[in-house]
Amino acid sequence: MNIETAQNIELPGGFAANPVIIKGEGAPVVYLHGPFGQEWDAFLDELSAHHRVYAPAHAGAEETDDLERLDGLSDLVLYYDDLFDRLGLEQVDLIGHSFGGMVAAEYAATFRDRVRKLVLIDAMGLWRDDAPVEDHMLVSPQKLVKLLFHDPSKPEVAAKLAMPTEREAMNAAIVNRFGALASTSHFIHPIPERGLKRRLRRIKAETLVLWGAQDALVPPVYAAEFAELIPNARVEMIQKAGHLPQVEQREVVSGHLERFLAG
Amino acid sequence: MKTIWFHMQGYRDLPDDFRDRYESIWVTPPNDELCHSAEVAKYLHWNLDELEMADEQGFDGLGLNEHHQNGYGFPISPNMIATVLARRKSDAALVILGNTLPLYNPPVRVAEEFALLDCLSRGRLVAGFPVGSPMDTTGCYGIPPTQVRPRYYEAHDLIKQAWTRPGPFAFNGRFNKLRYVNPWPKPLQKPHPPIWLAGGGSVETWKFATDNDYTYSYLSFMGHKYAKVLMDGYWDSVEKAGMDDNPYRAGFAQLVVVADTDAEAERIYLKHLRNFYSKSLYVAPHFGNVPGFMTKRSFEFQLSHRGASAFSFDFKPHEATWKQLVEDSRMVIGGSPETVAAQIEEAVRNIRVGHLMVILQIQSMDPELTAYSSGLFAEKVLPKIKGIWDKEGYADRWWPQGATRNQPQVARPSPKASNGEAKVQA
Repeated sequence: MNIETAQNIELPGGFAANPVIIKGEGAPVVYLHGPFGQEWDAFLDELSAHHRVYAPAHAGAEETDDLERLDGLSDLVLYYDDLFDRLGLEQVDLIGHSFGGMVAAEYAATFRDRVRKLVLIDAMGLWRDDAPVEDHMLVSPQKLVKLLFHDPSKPEVAAKLAMPTEREAMNAAIVNRFGALASTSHFIHPIPERGLKRRLRRIKAETLVLWGAQDALVPPVYAAEFAELIPNARVEMIQKAGHLPQVEQREVVSGHLERFLAG
Repeated sequence: MKTIWFHMQGYRDLPDDFRDRYESIWVTPPNDELCHSAEVAKYLHWNLDELEMADEQGFDGLGLNEHHQNGYGFPISPNMIATVLARRKSDAALVILGNTLPLYNPPVRVAEEFALLDCLSRGRLVAGFPVGSPMDTTGCYGIPPTQVRPRYYEAHDLIKQAWTRPGPFAFNGRFNKLRYVNPWPKPLQKPHPPIWLAGGGSVETWKFATDNDYTYSYLSFMGHKYAKVLMDGYWDSVEKAGMDDNPYRAGFAQLVVVADTDAEAERIYLKHLRNFYSKSLYVAPHFGNVPGFMTKRSFEFQLSHRGASAFSFDFKPHEATWKQLVEDSRMVIGGSPETVAAQIEEAVRNIRVGHLMVILQIQSMDPELTAYSSGLFAEKVLPKIKGIWDKEGYADRWWPQGATRNQPQVARPSPKASNGEAKVQA
């Protein structure tokens, strides 16, 4: 992560400042990360070539006490609305991955005019008994790799999984992941479904649903489900990709995003 | 010292290749493959037989706890088992350690059931309030890890108010919205049964103990040498809080096996100890270390102090030797009655404990063997250890008023800096 690009954004309501990573020039795009936390990777760097990218940390990830004032997703949506105010963003293109996709969809269903375009990448938020969303929390590291990636042998995946070797950096990475998992599980543990299905009809933003065709954590059947429930949405399945298509098929995902956001 | 016969109520016949076939003893060991109801029916009667035997053998208290979906112990509702024991004519304490408060919704259920048990047992109840393990709370009962402690503190406040305030009253909590809190009955002990905390060594729980003048029990299976660092931490926090060093502020769980001689103990019990440590403590790390269960500050502290433990040794439980388990690590106290009595005294003085929870039924032991070990303990060890702490003059202010066994006949001295826990009624 390029630390210099993170800016501490003060928030009202007694919350700790959010270290939002901000980079690039162009129309604003907000990116909400999945449950493993905030980072700046090649995918976001690519996105920042033509957009001003804002990637906040998860609410409560820096200061877990913040979660005492966040009871559920409606509080979380208001948290992000405050954050967008503080960032001076009137209207945004909103991209959410995994847990971040669930939050992005909730936000777009609540603040219908503030989202111009919505992108959901392997989003959580729905549930089907015939295709349960798997557990990303209480699971062994070995199983988690299988749940997240189509091809763990790819160099991009190996780089993603690699931990810093230096003790201090490694501890920082572990604590960062701890904060992200703790704060996101606050809203979704043990099943990431909180009635979003009833609210998706309210989304006005044109929506692109991107999904790894081999996602073993949130099975691809959910892509069609989102597209069916959101009034103006279409699906792009990303072949040879698991739960993180932006890592396993970065060029393909970036291409879809550029075309969609340019319109 | 008080000695409590603690029953873990585990599954006694787990397959030999359990570790190879399953990821964890807790949360996910598949019930249809491993937990046979007809066996459980047998165990439940054995468990109660053993607890009743312990009552007759003269132990100061009988101990029960709560766990779920767990082969090492699935006592589910200790209140149900305690009800059977409460019916007996007895002067032993019923130490329920305890009800896992975050799992009760609403927690007035705990206030009601503990009050019922206190009345039924005529004031022999210890009300244990554990936070709960990550396995039970986030694994089996689906509570978000960040909400376990907040739910615990709120449940504690609600139950204590339910026991001490006139009902009905309104309770507006974050998790509990109750217009009419008015439990029938309130406990027999006034102002309420002694509250005991139990935990695995988290700093937050120590502070909660000293803030409320509660007694704290460290439930580990690793023995006093391992517990020393943690218990020193607890006693430091007691001292910093300006409280006395009464050993009854602390409890400790200890596996104990007794035979006629040390050699006989090794011959009889080693296989049961290996079985226990290899299967019962086989908890998958992803169930035990759940992000958010402890605060980020505690996690960072733990991370930066990794490897700082004063105690470590190469331990392969399935092939552990008697020397490793008993002599080197002191995880288990075992041997002849003389050896056991001496080791218990060493242990409780080392970590300063007034409430000793002895585990004499260890997982795979059958009732006959349990009776042998427990009988020797009662006959030859108990008399030697019951007087520990007496000559120092410490009084147990956390013992239930109705549990009169082995109690001094005179009224106990009025507690120093007490909030009224277990005060003797005039």
